[in-house]
Amino acid sequence: MMINGAGATFPYPIYSKWFDAYAKVDPSVRFNYQSIGSGGGQKQILSQTVDFGASDGPMSDENLAKAPGKILHIPTVAGAVVITYNLPGNPALKLDGDTIAGMYLGQIKKWNDPKLTALNPGVKLPDQDIVVVHRSDGSGTTFIFTDYLSKVSSEWKSKAGNNTSVNWPTGIGGKGNEGVSGQVKQTPGAVGYVELIYAKQNKMPYADVKNSADEFVKATPDSVTASLATADVPDDFRFSMTNAPGKDAYPISGATWLLVYQQQKDATKGKKLVEFLKWALTKGETMAKDLDYASLPDSVQQRVLKRIDEIKY
Amino acid sequence: MALAASVSIAGSPARAGMSPPSRFGDRAFEWLTLAMASAVVVLVILIGWELWVGSSLAIKKFGFHFLTTSTWDPVAEQFGALPFIYGTLVSSAIALVIAVPLGIATAAYLTELAPLWIRQPLTSLIEMLAAIPSVILGLWGIFVMVPWLRNYPFPFLKQYFGWIPLFTGPIYGPCMFAGGIIIAIMILPIITSVSREILRSVPDLQREAAYALGATRWEATRIAVLSYAKKGLFGAVILGLGRALGETLAVTMVIGNTPQIVASLFKPGYTLASVLANEFTEATTDTYLGALFEIGLVLFGITILVNLLAQVLLRTIATTSATRAVQ
Repeated sequence: MMINGAGATFPYPIYSKWFDAYAKVDPSVRFNYQSIGSGGGQKQILSQTVDFGASDGPMSDENLAKAPGKILHIPTVAGAVVITYNLPGNPALKLDGDTIAGMYLGQIKKWNDPKLTALNPGVKLPDQDIVVVHRSDGSGTTFIFTDYLSKVSSEWKSKAGNNTSVNWPTGIGGKGNEGVSGQVKQTPGAVGYVELIYAKQNKMPYADVKNSADEFVKATPDSVTASLATADVPDDFRFSMTNAPGKDAYPISGATWLLVYQQQKDATKGKKLVEFLKWALTKGETMAKDLDYASLPDSVQQRVLKRIDEIKY
Repeated sequence: MALAASVSIAGSPARAGMSPPSRFGDRAFEWLTLAMASAVVVLVILIGWELWVGSSLAIKKFGFHFLTTSTWDPVAEQFGALPFIYGTLVSSAIALVIAVPLGIATAAYLTELAPLWIRQPLTSLIEMLAAIPSVILGLWGIFVMVPWLRNYPFPFLKQYFGWIPLFTGPIYGPCMFAGGIIIAIMILPIITSVSREILRSVPDLQREAAYALGATRWEATRIAVLSYAKKGLFGAVILGLGRALGETLAVTMVIGNTPQIVASLFKPGYTLASVLANEFTEATTDTYLGALFEIGLVLFGITILVNLLAQVLLRTIATTSATRAVQ
């Protein structure tokens, strides 16, 4: 049996690992997942051309209203977005919401701005222009990043706002994680945001970010799981976990979701899908850390498993 | 599209001169080819129709302002395509300014001057340039071309030609100029090979006549060959332009992707094709998608206009041999 899914690109590496591992658990099902982007995932689950969708952002009320049945959001893993930079010697940097928003609004223009030097005593910041780099393609990474900025800066919220792609006040756009990291690496004085996995693989420096408990936190799978544990997770699982409270929480992070209909049309397929989801949320979660994804904290995991039980077929 | 249309145009006068086909095989062949040719036409109409339907929401909401305003804000759902139209036209113009002299000069060298043993390898090399995948060129653009441009040619231009508004402002690297150069590299092969075919189709009588009148090699090439093939070469340029308008991936990687209209070529820009490639996959709301469809419609419209222009020009070329060369 073939179960088809489509959507988000960010969780693609872990999903393909899950599908691969699950083939040994239940050889009778095969998964076909196309990472066409979150927008595509939402469209395809709405038009029922796939058995499950995947998205890096929760679906809007407007889109959910278009669905022929009730769509459930199943959070699977979470990831961090890190602030990377290109400075002489690449010193370890500390940043907070105010300075990140200031740079991306084009108000902090130099690396030796008093706001930056105040956060980084002992680091010699050069008198160099900041070249702001952002994603040019619509992406879940941008959604998480602008969601964070909208929470920490009212000016950002009114000027640019939060979406998979926004009207950037300043900077140059690079296509994909590789485009942003390429431009940051090539441009002296550049600052950019990329997924944690990408920064680690490319050995790029990334800043510790001050969270809402005034602690500077390094982005790791654990600090992301910590922020998901303290984030406010509503019953429909359509949550934002940026700037979560708690002193261990890394503030710029986001979850990714699978989208499934509560009422499955095909009974046998539905049963297999539920079995897989349960496996993914238990056994699958343990594989997350190896790929630098954050697994769900126990509290959320238990709630999601209960929700999976509500799927009818 | 341009190809099929001009085949049928070139075919009709020839067929008119023949006696009507009587055998079944000829009839069947005619119907089969007609069906193939019309499939292409139907496809074009369908694409246009789909784009029109997809963008109807945006057309209704923004009307003509879509083409004349500059804000592209997916959060507030305000969409204007002007910076993208501007970026598409400017980057294509830069590409033509670079690729046309290079392409035609290369073609002239290959047909008029180059010793025989060098022609074939050089031609193959140029055609190989066309075979490099767009994404490879784009990555090469980010990691090799842009840093080089930023360190050497751009500062030079700024220092000596900074009084021209085109070469002012800070140099980041990714910019409109870099986008134009990448497109130039990509359209160079088509301009060169089409021009070469056109120059080859210039009758030797032309050259002999020029030499007989005592012309030097340069004069013969200029007057008897280039001038004679003027219209065909123009067609080659238009074909290159058609390509340039639609180039996407490599351009996206080096142009900086910022929708703005500024004089300086060192500033980042944005093209119609790039914004489509960038934002279509993650757009979720109806208005946003509609606006992206309309971007596609605008690009489709511009491309069709350019192709129509090419058709008109190619049809007016005096010799049929030149027409055949273009096909």
